[in-house]
Parts: sequence; C-alpha cells; structure tokens
Amino acid sequence: MTETKKNTEALLQVENLQKYFPIRKGIIVQKHVGDVKAVDGVSFDIRRGETLGMVGESGCGKSTIGRTILRLLEPTGGKVIFEGKVINGFSGEEMRKMRSQMQMIFQDPYASLNPRMRVGDIIGEPILIHGVSNRAEREKRVRKLLDVVGLSPYHGARYPHEFSGGQRQRIGIARALSVSPKLIVCDEPVSALDVSIQAQVINLLEDLQKEFDLTYLFIAHDLAVVKHISSRVVVMYLGKMVELSTSDELYRNPLHPYTTALLSAIPLPDPTVKKDRILLKGDVPSPVNPPSGCRFHTRCPKAQGICKQEDPEFKDIGNGHYVACHLVK
Amino acid sequence: MPTNTDTSEIKELYQTSSPLHDMWVRLKRNKLALFGLFLVTALVVIAVFAGFIAPYDPVQISLKESLKSPSSAHLMGTDVLGRDIFSRIIYGTRASLIIGVVATSISLAIGVVVGAIAGYYGGWIDSIIMRITDIFFAFPFFLLAIAIMTFLGPSFINVFVALGIVGWTNYARLVRGQVISVKESDYIEAAHAVGAKDFRIILKHVLPNTLAPIIVFTTMNIGGVILSEAGLSFLGIGVQPPAPSWGLMLSEASNFIFNAPWMVIWPGVAIFLTVLGYNLLGDGLRDALDPRMKQ
Repeated sequence: MTETKKNTEALLQVENLQKYFPIRKGIIVQKHVGDVKAVDGVSFDIRRGETLGMVGESGCGKSTIGRTILRLLEPTGGKVIFEGKVINGFSGEEMRKMRSQMQMIFQDPYASLNPRMRVGDIIGEPILIHGVSNRAEREKRVRKLLDVVGLSPYHGARYPHEFSGGQRQRIGIARALSVSPKLIVCDEPVSALDVSIQAQVINLLEDLQKEFDLTYLFIAHDLAVVKHISSRVVVMYLGKMVELSTSDELYRNPLHPYTTALLSAIPLPDPTVKKDRILLKGDVPSPVNPPSGCRFHTRCPKAQGICKQEDPEFKDIGNGHYVACHLVK
Repeated sequence: MPTNTDTSEIKELYQTSSPLHDMWVRLKRNKLALFGLFLVTALVVIAVFAGFIAPYDPVQISLKESLKSPSSAHLMGTDVLGRDIFSRIIYGTRASLIIGVVATSISLAIGVVVGAIAGYYGGWIDSIIMRITDIFFAFPFFLLAIAIMTFLGPSFINVFVALGIVGWTNYARLVRGQVISVKESDYIEAAHAVGAKDFRIILKHVLPNTLAPIIVFTTMNIGGVILSEAGLSFLGIGVQPPAPSWGLMLSEASNFIFNAPWMVIWPGVAIFLTVLGYNLLGDGLRDALDPRMKQ
C-alpha cells in the first residue's frame, strides 16, 4: 500500500512552464521585436522513481525544458515545484543548495568536461561545493563513484581528453551522481555516442536508478531508446506537449498524428515487415510565429478546418493517456 | 578492472604527477622553450649578481676614457662620459627586468580582473566596463604614459606604475573576448548545474581555458614594455640618469650611432635577447600548460 503511494507521488511538478527568448533589434536602443517561444505552456509531473521520457524533433523545446527545470535558464512564466517547494522564487544561494538534489547529464561528452581539470577533480568538485572539505574523504568518494560507473580508480588522475566518448559520458554520470541527487535530467545522454556504446550507457543508467533510487527526466529524439528506458513518455512539438502516456500504451496505441508519424519512422530490424511510413512534409514552423490553432496543422495529414482555428485542449482520455488533438474524442 | 586495489597504491597513482610536474615534463621536450627559459634565468642571475659580474662602477664617469671602442679593458667599449658599457648593461638588467615584469604584472592583474568580469557577466556591466576601457584605449599609449609620469613625477617606481596603468586595456579586451567564447561551453553550464559560485567558475573553469592566448600576449608584451621604458627614458621622464637602463643607454647613444656604434649595438642586443627569451618561454609555456598536449 505504501509502496504504491510512493510510486505515484510526484517528485517534480511543472505547471504551465514558459520560456521565451526575446529577439532584439537595433544597435543603440534595443527594441524587443518578438520572442522565440521555445517552451509555451507545458505542464507535467515526474513521479518518484520513474523515468519520464521526452521526445520531439530538434528545436521543439525539450532541452530548454530540462534547463529551465534546473534553473540554468530562468523561466518566462509558470512554476517548477520540487518536493512541494516552488523553486522559481529561490534566491541564488537557496538554489545553489538545491542543486545537490537535481543534476544533469549532458548531451555532448566532449564539451561537458573541463579539459583542464583532472577527472578526479571534475567528479570531486560538486562534493567539495556541497560541503565535504576534507580531501581524503573526497578522494575516497571519487574512487567509489568511478567504480560505480565502471571506471578504475587510477582514471581519476587523468584528463578528459584521454578517454573515449562512452567513458567520458560515464565521467559525466559520476559527476551528476556525486552529490546524491534525487532527480537527474538526462539531456540526450546517448545521442552523441556510438550505437554499440549507447546500450552500455543506457544499462548503466538503469542500474544506477535501481541502486540509488533515482528519478530521471530522459530527453531524447530516439524513440527506440526512450521506449526502452521510460515508464511514461511525453511527446513535444514546437514548444507544446502533444501526447503523454505510459510507454507501452503510447507505442501500442498512439493517438496524436504526430506521434503516429514519429513511431512509423522507427526502423525495424526485420526486413520482411513492410511498414507504412508516414512522411511529414516540410519543416517545423518557426517558434517565433507559431501557426494558429493546433501547431501541427501545417504538417498534419489529417488536418481539418477546426485545427487551424482552435488550439486543442490537452485532455485526459483515460488511463493516464493525455493528448492534444481535435480528432481524438 | 581491479576492484580492491591497495589504497596506498591508488593514492600514489593519484599523486605521482602534480600538474606542475606534468608541465615541466612537457616543457622539457621543447628545446626552444628551454633556451628561452635559459635566457630568462640567465637575466635573473645577472640582475641579482650584477655587483659581482660588472668590472666597473656603472655610473662612474671618466672623461678621458670617453667613446673607447671595445677592448680588453672595456669589453663593450665606453660611452661618451667614459662609463663602461658592459657594466652598465649588467646593471641595466635590473631595471629592464623589474620594469618588464612589474609593469606587465600590473597590466595583467587589472586586465584579467576587468576583462573577466565584463566578459562573464555581460549585459550592461560589460557595456560600462568596456566603454571605460575604450576611453583609456583611445589615448595614444605614449601620451597617456607621459601624462601619468608628469603627474606622478619621474622616478623608478613610477615608470612601471605608469606603464602598467597604460597597458591594461589590451589585456582586458583579450581576456573579455576569450571569456565570452569559453563561457558558452557545456562544462561551464555543468559547473552552474553542480552549484558552483561565480567566483569559482571564473577561477577554475573559465580562466584556465583562456590561458593560451593570454600567456603568449603577456610574454610578447614584456618585450614591448621594455621598449616603452626605453622610449620614456629617451624623453627624459623614465629612469633618471645616471642610473643604468638599456633604454636610457639607447637614447644617449642616438647621437653617436656612426661614431660609436657599440653604444647602440650592445643595449640593442641585450633587449633583443630579453625579448627573445620571454617569447620562446611564453610559447613553450602555452603548450606545456595544455594537458591535451601529448606526454
């Protein structure tokens, strides 16, 4: 009984989150001429211990959401609630302390490690920042973390350039783990890696989740990867959520035309299976001037009159399956 | 993968190579840099032991020895007042070295702090700081140095204060540009994400990654500063005669270039070797400080 309660309890709630990047023009007097609406009114929650997958094309705002949750970017509007506390109002110092609770794993393992720092110092820095000033104690924890992510203690004395992409990503994971966070935002953690290495890193993330009771927000554009690791999945399009459901349900019964198109693009390893690919025409419209009504109507194969005029509501159709489409009754 | 390796062994592995030791290993393989290091070290040794090396008192005038060409008595000849040029070169090392290092340090210190703050925080802080820098920059280098020197009064210490104050704008611009390019890196965002304070981020993550061009510029600049001192001395507001300084010697020699070329050549050679030494060492340091260079 307590177990189920624990599983459904929200660790993080996001309410109507917005992030606009202002566009300014002019040399001396900067005029505000518009906004890039990277994230435009997104609400969801992440339950303790689950992995929430987040998929969508490049530029749909997935990474921006991840960064706004961690307040690496300041949201334009909306709330981020972590363990019942609204963290938007936190002062710089409160937020700094809060950072031991929520961490991030970056997409590019070549760019996310300081090339001038030893790996041991990279992993040890967060421990130092969050209060362990004793050097021996810190080194002990660094060695343990290296072991946890499958590296050897002597790797701590080396520099990042001496490692392969997969190993570097492990270092990034060790850094995120170093402060024992509850939530980790994984921003496309495997998309920069070779396919053979991807599986290793994904498995490592899964093992760590069990071992340390972690909650993940897993951002990716690869639906196959997301299906494997996520308990629930959010599909994003142009700064908005179009569908949210449990992973199994979403893959078995996609309701939004965009989700259907995305799923049809997953390659199958069986050449005898013929698939009807749904090819979307054109590019993602500009987030500066998003289309009226449903943002997907310009590319939707099933678009109707109402889609151009009215923004569809993000509605619950039962079983925790949410979708924003006029055609789904 | 050894899971229960002996702790002492790990500790040893962790500590065998300090960053400084690594740097030395990398520097050692660069022959030119070692030559630069040798030149700079030699200058320091000469400056410290000038009293033992110089055969004559550098300020002692003996008019009957005036304008003697190099001989066994006066290795580099004598100047118009009969002072031994070799001794003056030896003692001049002190002035040039101190002015080069101290004036450059002052410029570097101001420039790095100002540039890092402007570049890191950006926005209106950046605008204000950089406009002030532009104002300083707009003054002709020499004019501003002369103005400061007249204001402070000519003295040995004021020379490097003036040169330091005049020179920082270049550093500020260079550092700002580097900081701006580095601060967009993922590892800076990662440092924010783990909760590092701005000061720590600037010091540990931003500045170490901007070092290469700063070191090169600094070492190049030491040569320039030594030349500026020569210029100020030439105008009579630098090092005051009869104190020996290479710049002063050059300016005194300007009337005798054809009659007594040794008066020009030796200070010239001294300045050349100093500038060369700093440049070679600086180039070597830039490479040695980069852990990505192969061991």
